[in-house]
Amino acid sequence: MSTTFWIIIAGAIATYLTRIGGHLVISRFDTIHPRVEAGLNAVPAAVLTTLVAPELLNAGPAEWAALVVTAVVSLRGGLMAMFLAGAAVLIVARQFVG
Amino acid sequence: MATDVISESGDRSDFWQGVRLSMPVVVASAPFAVLFGALAVDNGFSVLEAFLMSALVYGGASQMVGIQLFGQHVAPWLIVLSIFAVNFRHVLYSAGIGRRIAHWPVIQQVLGYFILTDPQFAVAEARAQSGQTVGFAWYLGLGLPVYLFWIVESALGALFGKLIPDTHALGIDFLLPIYFLGLVLGFRKRPLWLPVVIASAAASIIAYKTVGSPWHVSIGAVAGVLLAVILPPHHSGVKARP
Repeated sequence: MSTTFWIIIAGAIATYLTRIGGHLVISRFDTIHPRVEAGLNAVPAAVLTTLVAPELLNAGPAEWAALVVTAVVSLRGGLMAMFLAGAAVLIVARQFVG
Repeated sequence: MATDVISESGDRSDFWQGVRLSMPVVVASAPFAVLFGALAVDNGFSVLEAFLMSALVYGGASQMVGIQLFGQHVAPWLIVLSIFAVNFRHVLYSAGIGRRIAHWPVIQQVLGYFILTDPQFAVAEARAQSGQTVGFAWYLGLGLPVYLFWIVESALGALFGKLIPDTHALGIDFLLPIYFLGLVLGFRKRPLWLPVVIASAAASIIAYKTVGSPWHVSIGAVAGVLLAVILPPHHSGVKARP
């Protein structure tokens, strides 16, 4: 087997450990402290924000326009409507401002 | 017997409901799967290896980082460590989602954690928040299309990567941030949402500038979660239980 193959296998195992590890740790406790539960409830906003925020540093007018429209549509529409609106604005705006 | 039929058709409609929700994810991730395949071959992977990495690791950003380091002839253990670092945020996901899927049989949970990606977690968490059960059929409907498209498109990118047109004009480099922003906003009714978003955004940007990628994700995430832990429980809407 090639080195590449073993890198892939080891990378896959490392990744699976991250995907099940948090559960294995938490499930060792019988009760969850309210503060821990508050922390777990904050996970979606906390992690997903870090995937967006640094992108703002390099965002130009087209990207900002897309994000603003996404935010506005998300107040009313569903996930698909929001995503399509943001993507459409981005593609149109990039034809003009590159 | 009658109840069997009802629960089976319920599973089926749950499955298709999940499939519908998976469609934006399929669209947003498609360019990255193709791009990954193309870059993997560019960096010395075979088509089969590109396909295997997508099928077994199944984590876009970590796969990109992995092949980039591979192309630079970095030591194998360092490549694996980098994949682990990029994916470390999933520890928080599995800690959070465990509460929602604890009622599944173990084998279903083992599979469920394997496909626990960013959108999989966010959409499942949103369903749990709305008071609905996160069932296995629904979860699989949400995750399976994304997985299948991901591995097939990776292979296509590896085979035909050289034909990719101008990706910037098509906006594909910014589709995921748009999608993730929508997911973040979907949680805006949760207690402490705004303080958590501000803390995570600030910490991740500072970490991005100082420590560098990919650590800014874990650092930013921990900042937001810690804020929610530290603030008194009456702010976080979690009642103390005996």
